[in-house]
Formats: sequence, structure tokens, C-alpha cells
Amino acid sequence: MRDFKMPALGADMEAGLLAEWLVKPGDKVKSGDIVCVVETQKGAIEVEIFENGVIEELVVQPGEEVPVGATLARLDGEAAKEEGAAPAPKRPSLPKWPPPPLPAKAAPPAPRHPPAPAAAAPPAGGRAAVSPAARRRATELGLDPETLTGTGIDGSVTLADVEAAAREPGEKRPAEAPAAEAPPAKPARKGFDPAEMRKAIAAAMQRSKREIPHYYLGQTIDFAAATEWLAATNATKPPPERLMPAALLLKATALAIAEVPALNGHYEDGAFRPGSGINIGWIVALRGGGLVAPAIRDADKQGVRDLMAALRDLVQRARTGGLRASELGSGTVTVTSLGERGADSVIGVIYPPQVAIVGFGRIAVRPWVVDGAVVARPLAEASLAADHRVCDGHLGGLLLAAIDRHLQQPGKL
Amino acid sequence: MTDAERLALIRDVLGGIAPEAADAEIAGDADLRETLDLDSMDFMNVVIGLHERTGVDIPEADYSELFTLDGAMAYLAAKGA
Repeated sequence: MRDFKMPALGADMEAGLLAEWLVKPGDKVKSGDIVCVVETQKGAIEVEIFENGVIEELVVQPGEEVPVGATLARLDGEAAKEEGAAPAPKRPSLPKWPPPPLPAKAAPPAPRHPPAPAAAAPPAGGRAAVSPAARRRATELGLDPETLTGTGIDGSVTLADVEAAAREPGEKRPAEAPAAEAPPAKPARKGFDPAEMRKAIAAAMQRSKREIPHYYLGQTIDFAAATEWLAATNATKPPPERLMPAALLLKATALAIAEVPALNGHYEDGAFRPGSGINIGWIVALRGGGLVAPAIRDADKQGVRDLMAALRDLVQRARTGGLRASELGSGTVTVTSLGERGADSVIGVIYPPQVAIVGFGRIAVRPWVVDGAVVARPLAEASLAADHRVCDGHLGGLLLAAIDRHLQQPGKL
Repeated sequence: MTDAERLALIRDVLGGIAPEAADAEIAGDADLRETLDLDSMDFMNVVIGLHERTGVDIPEADYSELFTLDGAMAYLAAKGA
């Protein structure tokens, strides 16, 4: 008998609300299966299990909020735990978190959604992606957004889809019941709450600024070779297959980190533990405020086209609430890239327990000296904020130099 | 496609990326990236959406013609969409 526990989806998470089980007692699960959905300050997160076995008992019911590390379910089975895969909730539940008051008569076990017919479900996760705005509106209208047909990017359910569904008097609309008799909130989801996310960001950043002695470095990178290579390679591709500068920045950073492994990992309990792979947390700004940093695993080993696809997928899921638990707890270093409308430079705040964050400002044409002459050149300001408890500026400088070097040979990325 | 149909299609694609675009007042000559706060990835998704719905290729060199509603409508019309 083993326990499946509430994972820590980042250093800033103390508790999560179990929104929905996707399995029931008796179900066989294998490592990598998504077994439940947890509402956090970062929105609805799909949680995978990293063991093989059979679900024996669901300990926590939908609607209950429990601290990180609390047992969600028990499972049995002979299969050994897969090593290395789990975002191990190593940190025991934080003492300052008061024992969670069980919501009085916790919501009756939510009507279990029958697992969506596999064929109809758009993304791999099996659940329709729903934008936060659509989810809010659907709740107001008494609709279940998961049952609607999505017309957004990658089949996600958009606000327009919800409005359209509300106009048609289809069977999806529950019979108009007097508000007083409405069944107790059917979905346990509270939906994305910008104020809660702000609290989560504040907690993580306060901890960072309090505990981590940051040092900062900056370097201007000539982006001409990369720009030319991108233009040439994109000219022959249809829009969905085109690369953005972000994919090159991501790959160059991953390769550079591989050369300077002292910046890749976690600092916990007074010691640095190197990351077991290069999992780059990519900061995604959410419309309406807030951000998340889901990780792209083994970024140094992926090609730029795969990385571009991964970025598009992550950004889409970050904004529609389909991120997975393993993506939120597993970053070993973070990259923030401001994109073409951003500021000229950014100096990041390290996301604990990581020890470094690389920043890229907007790529813009500026004066640059080549062979003694001033020329107009696309340039990018790269920055590094790193943890002085782990290394010094000399090492950080090597990282920025390596990023620069890799970006001068975009065809090899 | 008529102008009205083109406009509806563009607004629909924008709405899939920036939900508030569905019923926002957008001036024909306003920069959509500013008005709807579209970042690089959002704008790329606009291009992909327009490409998938109209079949127009939209090379990167033409992206700047899509920065406004008027520009995007004229561009699609010129490309026969």
C-alpha cells in the first residue's frame, strides 16, 4: 500500500484544492497517467502519478483543500516506483499551515465526469482546455465548460464558445432551477483567481529576496546571425512550422547551462543539489496578470523545432488551465524572455529553490561596432541573476559567454 | 469573401487568442498588438489562425501588414481570401 500525495507545484505552494478525480477505486494506473485535477493559486493543474498500481482508495474528496504532502489516495501494486520522474514532494508540509479545516460537510462527492470519450478530447490530457474567461462566464451561466465544443487554438473552449452555447437552448443547459434550490456547487473548482496568484508570486519572490544573495551580470548579444538564419529557414515554411527567436534563446541557454552545471539545480537545506537534467522553467505571462514558469524537460537534448512546439503548447496550456503538475515543480533553472514588444532588458528574480535565472530583453536594431565601424545590428540584452551561495560572477560570465557563442551558430542549435 | 466576412473572420481569430477582442471596439487603424496586448507568441497565433482559416501563406516579411484591422482586411482581400 502506497500513498499518492498532494505534490508541491513550486516552492510557493502550501496547499491545493482537489477539484476532480479522473480515476476511481479499482482503476489501474501507470506512471505518467493524469489522475486528478488540483486547483492552486496558479489555476487548475493536471496531476500525474509516477507509480504503477491499482487505486485502492480515494482519501480526499473533491472540494477538499489539503496541504502539500497530504495523502490524496492509496494505491497497491507490485510495480516499483520509477526513479527520477516524480516531482517529489520532498518538503514536508509546512508547519505554519494550520491544519486544514475540512469544509463543513465537504461538497458531496462531485458527480464524476465520465472520462471524456477519448476521440473527442482535443489535447493529450483528455480534458478540454478552457480559457479562464470562458470558465468564469460558463459558471455564471450555469454551464459546464468541459462539455462544450472548443473553436480556439488547439480546440480550446473560448469565451465565444460559451456565449454561443448559452444562446442555443440545447440540452447542455441545465434546467433553469430557482437559485435557492441549485445543487451545491457542482464543480469543486474555484477557477483562476488573479488575487490568489498575486499572493503566490509575492510569497515566492519575498522568499527569494530574503534568502538568496543575488549577483547580476549583463551582456549584449549580436543577434544578426540568428535573425538571418531564422528568416531563411522560415521563408520556406508555412506559419505553423515557423520558428520564433524564443526557440533559439531557449536552446542556446540550455546548451550553455550544460557547460556550467553549477547554475542548474536547487539550493535546499544549506546545500546545492545539481539538477538531474536541464529542465528550463519558461516564464509565461498570463493575460490579465500573473505568470507561471512551467518547465521544458531536457531542453538541451531537444531540437529547436521540438522546442518551438513545446513553447507554443506550454503557453497555450498556461493560459487555458491545462498545465501538469510535473511541469510546475521540476524546473532546474528559469528563462524569462520579454518578446518583441518588451523592454530592452530584464534582470530576473531567482525562483527558489533554483539558483539562477537568465533574462532576454527585446531584440532590437541598435548601433554596434563590427571591424572598427559602427553598423546597425539586431541586438539582445542578456542577463543573469545567480545565487552567490553557489558560485561567483566569474562562472556566471562563462554562462553568458556560452549563450552568446551558441547564438552565433544558429544552424547548430 | 466580403469585407464583412473578412472582418468577422479576423475578429473571430483574435477572439480565440484575446477573449476580450470578441466584443471590444477596435479602431481600424489601431495597432492590434497594443490594443489587445498581444505578445510575439500571440501574434504568431493570429498569423497561424488566419493562415488556417483562409489558406493564405502570409510570409514573415508581410507580418507588418497585419498589425491593424484595416491592414489585415486589405491584405487578405489582396491575396484573394
